[in-house]
Amino acid sequence: MLIFDRSRRGRAAHAQLLPESGESPAIPDYLLRKTRPALPEVSELDAVRHYTRLSQQNYSIDTQFYPLGSCTMKYNPKVCHDLASLPGFLNTHPLGLERTGQGTLAGLYELQEMLAEITGMAGVSLACAAGAQGEFAGVAMIRAYHRLRDDLARTEMLVPDAAHGTNPASASMGGFRVREVATDADGNVDLTALELAVGPQTAGIMLTNPSTLGVFDQHIRAIADIVHRAGGLLYYDGANLNAIAGKVRPGDMGFDVIHLNLHKTFSTPHGGGGPGAGPVGVGDKLLPFLPLPVIVKDGSRYRMLTETERPHSIGHLVTFAGNVGVLLRAYVYIRMLGHEGLERVAEFSTLNANYLLKKLVEAGFEPAFPQRRAAHEFIITLKRLAKEHHVTALDFAKRLLDYGVHAPTVYFPLLIPECFLIEPTETESKEALDAFVRIMAEILKEAETDPDRLKSAPHSLPVRRLDEVRAARHPDLAYKSE
Amino acid sequence: MSRLPDDLKYAKTHEWAKPEESGNVRVGISDYAQEQLGDVVYVELPEVGRRVKAGEACAVVESVKAASDIYSPVSGEIVEVNGSLSDAPEAINQDSYAAWLFCVKADDLSELNTLLDAEAYKADAEAD
Repeated sequence: MLIFDRSRRGRAAHAQLLPESGESPAIPDYLLRKTRPALPEVSELDAVRHYTRLSQQNYSIDTQFYPLGSCTMKYNPKVCHDLASLPGFLNTHPLGLERTGQGTLAGLYELQEMLAEITGMAGVSLACAAGAQGEFAGVAMIRAYHRLRDDLARTEMLVPDAAHGTNPASASMGGFRVREVATDADGNVDLTALELAVGPQTAGIMLTNPSTLGVFDQHIRAIADIVHRAGGLLYYDGANLNAIAGKVRPGDMGFDVIHLNLHKTFSTPHGGGGPGAGPVGVGDKLLPFLPLPVIVKDGSRYRMLTETERPHSIGHLVTFAGNVGVLLRAYVYIRMLGHEGLERVAEFSTLNANYLLKKLVEAGFEPAFPQRRAAHEFIITLKRLAKEHHVTALDFAKRLLDYGVHAPTVYFPLLIPECFLIEPTETESKEALDAFVRIMAEILKEAETDPDRLKSAPHSLPVRRLDEVRAARHPDLAYKSE
Repeated sequence: MSRLPDDLKYAKTHEWAKPEESGNVRVGISDYAQEQLGDVVYVELPEVGRRVKAGEACAVVESVKAASDIYSPVSGEIVEVNGSLSDAPEAINQDSYAAWLFCVKADDLSELNTLLDAEAYKADAEAD
């Protein structure tokens, strides 16, 4: 039931109403609406009950195990939120940042430095307001680099077929033609295919390492050599940094540019359409092109670089200093963990993944790459169940919901049929992992003996199986009052 | 295994190609590809008049599971597209050999010889 369905004419939360202030003289008459907006009219209690109930029906990391592969749904310590919400941070006016917000700028400057250290990059800009914008900025810098050198024939971006779907999209938005590179049987980039693909038209390659196949590319040095020799640059998609933070640095692997999804590795809130942050880091070659703002320290004062100081910058990508509240949460998180703590993040996220993989294989599940050790996530394929019992990965995933577990990522990456991409993250205990293995084994048994139970799942949720096909073909997105 | 008409040529990337008397080549996706994709919800077709190279991505078929690029099996010019799929993408699931995607005026029909026949395609798809 929608909040609109609870609406009764004239009902209101009187204690919450703003005092009548009359019409604002600043808004010209012709811009004022003539009719009242169709907003729901409910009491305070109605509103509280409605949203509390919705939140209870929701799956979240605060209530359930959430092994959504490639998304790193780890627990965000509440202290990051608390400290980023200190009045000194909250009450700084963005226009007065350099004058009255030196503390905020100091935090952001140190975050730039720490991210550069973690990734092995020469410089970092916190400008980008989300991972997608970070990718776009990265691609735009590669373009600007070739353009400044008058190397205009470099129109092609290489993207392995195991890449995140966002990579070809960003390359395309950046004006490049995308060329796919195949993966070999071990889940690494196929070096022969790469050798054939590079040439004077190659602008760069976009890679995630560990890849979305859940494995670390063993030939990363060779890949870097091949692409660099051809005159291209290496782009690192930071989506899976959780597996290697504090252990291996993309800069040392040979990457020239990187974007970081702070909500994955650095514990800022996940999506939902709210503010995000996707800082970019670059090696020496791309330093002049970094997007603004970039924060620098002059003596004991912090300030933002201007476009005159960075004439080759790809420009301002956000207003003011970016999504400062999000950035500060990441700053607190990294300060709390320190170098040693970040290393433990990588150790435990990969240990948890490998433990879970082993236990699931023992329980009868089939790994996609049995010969490979997992990174921080791994893939199992349910193709045998699909063949023998006509139970699909989707059916299995829906049944998991009945057991109170958020489903893993399904049907991604596309290379593996009927797959689950499972990422437990470092914040889960052994007990939570064991419980998940028991549930998976239970459902496997059901799939073999009573497949209909899975095909009609979920059975215990407020809504049953949704008609995804109808939702995609005939989306109904707007509320219409009767 | 799914339906594989003998009179068509198949690409490893799961397109079928049918040379017509006019010298045009009609292109769609195989029944196997349709099964693997699941319910198709959206189809993006190339513009008529576009030049394509063999192996170039020029259409997208999107299902609830995935969005897949469709590659032209031959080089040439797009002369016709199946616009009825925009309103009824499910036609691909109903009969993927009737629900063609686009038609290419091929530069060189001998490019079709590099494609697989039904039997070879079947062997290749089963090895997946």
